[in-house]
Amino acid sequence: MNLAFYISAAVAVVATLMVITRANAVHALLYLIVSLLAVAVVFYMLGAPFVAALEVLIYAGAVMVLFIFAIMLLNLGPATVRQEREWLRPRVWAGPALLAVILLAEVVYIVGPGRGPAQELPTVGARKVGAALFGPYLVGVGLASLVLLAALVGAYHLGRRERPSGRGGA
Amino acid sequence: MATVPLEHSLILAAALFVLGMAGVLARRNVVFVLMSLEIMLNAAGLAFVAAGSRWAQPDGQAMFIFILAMAAAEVSVGLALVLLLYRRFKTLDVDAASKMRG
Repeated sequence: MNLAFYISAAVAVVATLMVITRANAVHALLYLIVSLLAVAVVFYMLGAPFVAALEVLIYAGAVMVLFIFAIMLLNLGPATVRQEREWLRPRVWAGPALLAVILLAEVVYIVGPGRGPAQELPTVGARKVGAALFGPYLVGVGLASLVLLAALVGAYHLGRRERPSGRGGA
Repeated sequence: MATVPLEHSLILAAALFVLGMAGVLARRNVVFVLMSLEIMLNAAGLAFVAAGSRWAQPDGQAMFIFILAMAAAEVSVGLALVLLLYRRFKTLDVDAASKMRG
């Protein structure tokens, strides 16, 4: 079962290496999603299934959607059409797809019948994490909600388009 | 079938952190800089979770959830700033921001 950890670690490092060397932002995002999924598998192997689920839901889901929206808002005009045509070529998504298939095969192997890591790894489930969060870390949870509220107000203020100058564009 | 040693998880976290740092230092496109920041935060969270799982305590995962909340806040404000930068300078080069006076 240790092998699954090392395979997903290798997938994470390779995908991260591809993220910082791509020229196109969308290609880099595909690799970044694969890298985050690989780190989620690493979390599962480390006996932290709740955090693995959060990694997939929030990092690979919500944060990446935010990135895609920003890139969509930035690339308007004929460049988008060219990019759209380029996406249809298999060499764009072949790399991320291959790494994702490795991860999928690994996950299918891990969660297969009778092979769960629960037997040999000390799993810390969502119940214990929740008890810790709302017990000794209650102040931290309050501060995190304050940070999120500040980010919400800040992002709204920055994203607002100024009316009188009519600069806008983009 | 032993568990994964803590050192190996920490080596993975260090490798991811260094890759993210290289991205921050090398790239000039501000979207890539933000992505590399996400990689670095994720690597820090991985170190927390690995240390928490070594002693089978939930504290590492609680810290990871705080890092997750902070990363979400950082990326939303960061991407709003990216849109503002692009609207102002029509470029994504971070060096363009050094022309700001004010």
